[in-house]
Amino acid sequence: MQELITRGKELLADGSVVGILGWKEGDFSYNPEPAFFQNEEELDKFIYDGFCGANLSKFMIEASKKEGKTLVFLKPCDTYSFNQLLKEHRIDREKAYIIGVGCSGKLSLDKIKEAGVKGIQKITEEEDKIHVETLYGDKTLNRSDVLLDRCHVCKGKEHRIFDEIIGESKETNDKDKFSEVEAIEKMSSEEKFLFFQKELSKCIRCNACRNVCPACSCRKCVFDSNKFDSAQKVNTNSFEEKMFHIIRAFHVAGRCTDCGECSRVCPEGIPLHLFNRKFIKDIDELYGEFRAGEDAETVGPLTEFTFDDAEPQEAVERG
Amino acid sequence: MSIENKEFKPKIVAFCCNWCSYAGADLAGSSRLAYPADVKIIRVPCSCRVNPMFILRAFEKGADGVILCGCHPGDCHYSTGNYYTRRRMSLLFSMLDYIGVENGRTRVEWVSAAEGVKFSTTMNDFAKTIHSLGENVRLGDIRCKN
Amino acid sequence: MQRIGVFVCHCGSNIAATVDVERVAQYALLEPGVVHAEDYQYMCSEAGQMKIIEAVKEKNLTGIVVCSCSPRMHETTFRNAAKRAGINPYMVEIANIREHCSWIHKDKEEGTEKAVILARAAIAKVNLNTPLVPGESRVTKRALIIGGGIAGIQTALDIADAGYEVDIVEKTPSIGGRMSQLDKTFPTLDCSACILTPKMVDAAAHEKINIYTYSEVDKVSGFVGDFTVDIRKKARSIDMDKCTGCGVCSEKCPMKKIPSEFNRGLGNRSAIYTPFAQAIPNVPVIDRENCIKFKTGKCGLCSTVCQAGAIDYEQEDEIISEKYGAIVVATGFDTIKLDDFDEYAYNQSKDVITSLELERVMNAAGPTKGHLERLSDGKHPEEIVFIQCVGSRDVTCRGKEYCSKVCCMYTAKHAMLIRDKYPDVNVTVFYIDVRTPGKNFDEFYRRAVEEYNVNYVKGQVGKVAPMENGKLLVQGVDLLDNRQILKEADMVVLATAIEPEAGVRKIATMLTASIDTNDFLTEAHPKLRPVESPTAGVFLSGVCQGPKDIPETVAQAGAAAVKAIGLLAKDKLLTNPCTAQADELLCNGCSTCANVCPYGAIAYEEKEINDHGIRETRRVAAVNTALCQGCGACTVTCPSGAMDLQGFSNRQILAEVDAICR
Repeated sequence: MQELITRGKELLADGSVVGILGWKEGDFSYNPEPAFFQNEEELDKFIYDGFCGANLSKFMIEASKKEGKTLVFLKPCDTYSFNQLLKEHRIDREKAYIIGVGCSGKLSLDKIKEAGVKGIQKITEEEDKIHVETLYGDKTLNRSDVLLDRCHVCKGKEHRIFDEIIGESKETNDKDKFSEVEAIEKMSSEEKFLFFQKELSKCIRCNACRNVCPACSCRKCVFDSNKFDSAQKVNTNSFEEKMFHIIRAFHVAGRCTDCGECSRVCPEGIPLHLFNRKFIKDIDELYGEFRAGEDAETVGPLTEFTFDDAEPQEAVERG
Repeated sequence: MSIENKEFKPKIVAFCCNWCSYAGADLAGSSRLAYPADVKIIRVPCSCRVNPMFILRAFEKGADGVILCGCHPGDCHYSTGNYYTRRRMSLLFSMLDYIGVENGRTRVEWVSAAEGVKFSTTMNDFAKTIHSLGENVRLGDIRCKN
Repeated sequence: MQRIGVFVCHCGSNIAATVDVERVAQYALLEPGVVHAEDYQYMCSEAGQMKIIEAVKEKNLTGIVVCSCSPRMHETTFRNAAKRAGINPYMVEIANIREHCSWIHKDKEEGTEKAVILARAAIAKVNLNTPLVPGESRVTKRALIIGGGIAGIQTALDIADAGYEVDIVEKTPSIGGRMSQLDKTFPTLDCSACILTPKMVDAAAHEKINIYTYSEVDKVSGFVGDFTVDIRKKARSIDMDKCTGCGVCSEKCPMKKIPSEFNRGLGNRSAIYTPFAQAIPNVPVIDRENCIKFKTGKCGLCSTVCQAGAIDYEQEDEIISEKYGAIVVATGFDTIKLDDFDEYAYNQSKDVITSLELERVMNAAGPTKGHLERLSDGKHPEEIVFIQCVGSRDVTCRGKEYCSKVCCMYTAKHAMLIRDKYPDVNVTVFYIDVRTPGKNFDEFYRRAVEEYNVNYVKGQVGKVAPMENGKLLVQGVDLLDNRQILKEADMVVLATAIEPEAGVRKIATMLTASIDTNDFLTEAHPKLRPVESPTAGVFLSGVCQGPKDIPETVAQAGAAAVKAIGLLAKDKLLTNPCTAQADELLCNGCSTCANVCPYGAIAYEEKEINDHGIRETRRVAAVNTALCQGCGACTVTCPSGAMDLQGFSNRQILAEVDAICR
């Protein structure tokens, strides 16, 4: 972490960058938040630890409008989002100085709590272990047990785009990314309905998923404009819960990098990534494997076609 | 009046592209090839004009089935429109199936301007499917019913 | 808020019989925005249109809904009426209550209910319509004719005479088409070649006409006034500039046993050949599939004997890309295959032939040098039976439901010519009906019966069976005498149904021109626009549109030419104003829409934007309305809904959805 701060200060000092996108301490030690640093003093609050899951790519949209470069810290998986935004001309490569930061998997506070930990005071990380100081004494957990779900399907330790890299990354991929989707696919239609009805009925339409999503970067969301008479609606019924999440997933289909931020930030704990991952799975199976953001050039699967694509009926019935 | 006693009159929205399927529907009409009056056609320039929002909106407002008809792949008036439609609807329908909407409620059919017979049989068949699925309750605003 | 007038058409009884039009009008009045509703006998008539115009003036209407036939039929009519009334033509919407309602629903209650809903949807849409103004596009002053038969030749001559460049694309090695295969023509009995050949020569000599024979249309893009067509000139294996047309190559060619297409397989041709003596161009073609040189690498005799050095075995297909303002389809016809008509023994006996084959037999340049003889043994026939409607007016799947139109007349012609030249031959014609509408047609038929004593029998033939004595046993029925007829015939001639040329579906697809269940190209209107395809800039000439004889074909060819000339004479065309439009405030500049645009109509520009007080330079989409054809692919690919389609906007379509589901 200190290395990152030092390097940040250097770059600020020599005028290479005019600002820094990073993370700073939150109200508690385990909830750091994204921050924009404009001078050395502010950097004292800079933090980079296991709870810095937040993907900073999206902040580059605003940063791209500024005079001068912004230093942005990106974890390997964040670089996919950065590439995707680059592809869509939403950010300016010239305005970004990318330091690829090392990552060995980010932690889920929810999982720590689920492990029976209460009254958390402080959390310290080791290679494979997490030490939690609580009001009721210390506790040690296996890092792999409290990783964010998305880290179990980690895209790899490679940064897809960067100017320099600081720190080591580790692949934490130990699960099949489609296993959850497959489990749902195996359900009966009734079961699927009940499953999603239950999950989606929790939605309070706080828009956290939308706001955090690097692919949901529209200047004005279709759900906020009058183009579809869909503006400013809240979920007044079971339809609208579904409508919002289906359309959101559809709009990011072929663009979603599966960063998992939507599920991470959902205050109701709705597994929103299940929508995106379903589309990713369908796209992979129907049109060939595609990983959004792997580069900044390849056109997305919904903006191209082949003459012998599957018919919609086949696509649905393929099981 | 109890709901069971009421005869189920499905609402079916058919989006038809102007060049092939709408003309196919016209041909079905001029050939007097009947299909249920439950089917109401909306003319769009191309099947690729159909936004998933339209389909979901129809369900929201009480539609029991939505069918999208376009030119056969390769015959699109705009050359490529229906290829995009095919991908988009494959994903959308797969998603609807995934969240538990009965998969017969949505359909894509390619109907050319010459296929009046196909248009009619398609609509008859689709209406039959919707009849057997019954009222759409899984994807809609319940308040729009009755 | 719009002030909408709703006009419900009875269409005589076409609509009014199964839709309570008055009730549709009454219910329409209850819809938001509707200030006027009425029903009328024929809305498309002048009186009907006047009703619209008057109502607009009286009630200050801003929008119009006509509940009538398909918009594909009369949308333009009613838009023009709106224009005459002084309101923007795009403030009109049609509720299709005929093709989509009255014609398919027998129950009046049901029909009315649906018509009310369809009207409601159209009203909901008009409430959101905005006036639209068309743009302009250029016209390339050049026409393409697909097919070089009499239809294509005549169209080409007429367009060229008006001063426009014309290209003819003909897939066979020569122009001339089916007419060049005919011997004599009804009802005047003049020789087909004698009247066709001069036209072929005229076309070839015309400075404005360029002929691509042995060529096919490969690809069509663009739109009315500005088509781009790729023409594939198939490798002829002959240098057309060097060839003198001396014919020595064909004479010397050792491969002579190939059935001649021109003679319908009744005679042979060589592997290097010109299809017939008067072929234009008089340049042979090497049939590579049958040529020994191409099959084995040996031979090359034609090259040796060619004084001009015109033989080019290395020649390859050439693609020519050309721009056209108008395209005329004149692809013509063929006779149907008779494989499913076993009862006529066509595949079993050489003496059972089709009428088109008889044309070749009767022709002095044909396989028998014009002598009427049995093809099995060359004997002079004594008894000939003609069978009409072979595959025509046949509702089974093997045949065609339609009347092929020309068979009655050519059969009368054949019968008359045979009786004239060989009075000893008995001629019997089995017919369902004899149809002779046309100038001097019935007189012609009566002459066959009365002067030439052709024996016409009303009834069909059930079976033709080859007999051991070489004759054919024809079992028929005489419906007027109500008796079975058994006849021993020497020859049987089948008036085989005609069908559109096999390649027409592919061509129609490339042109996005519609085609009916029989593969005939569809007219823009069956009565009022019979030579235009619904696809703008595409015109129809000859049998590709429906069965017709030579005078009708020539007349239609002229009509198609006039329509094409009318188009080519314009310097600019008004374009469809229903194009995509980007909302600059919503546009993300992501380029996704440009990726799916088939016309390259979307460009991006850096633009100073004032977004509610925030001034910034943004990358935003800009639609070139001259290129945009209005498919709407971009509108769905745009996540923010910045792209919308004029005339079919998101809100308009949603309003229709809502109205239907209400």
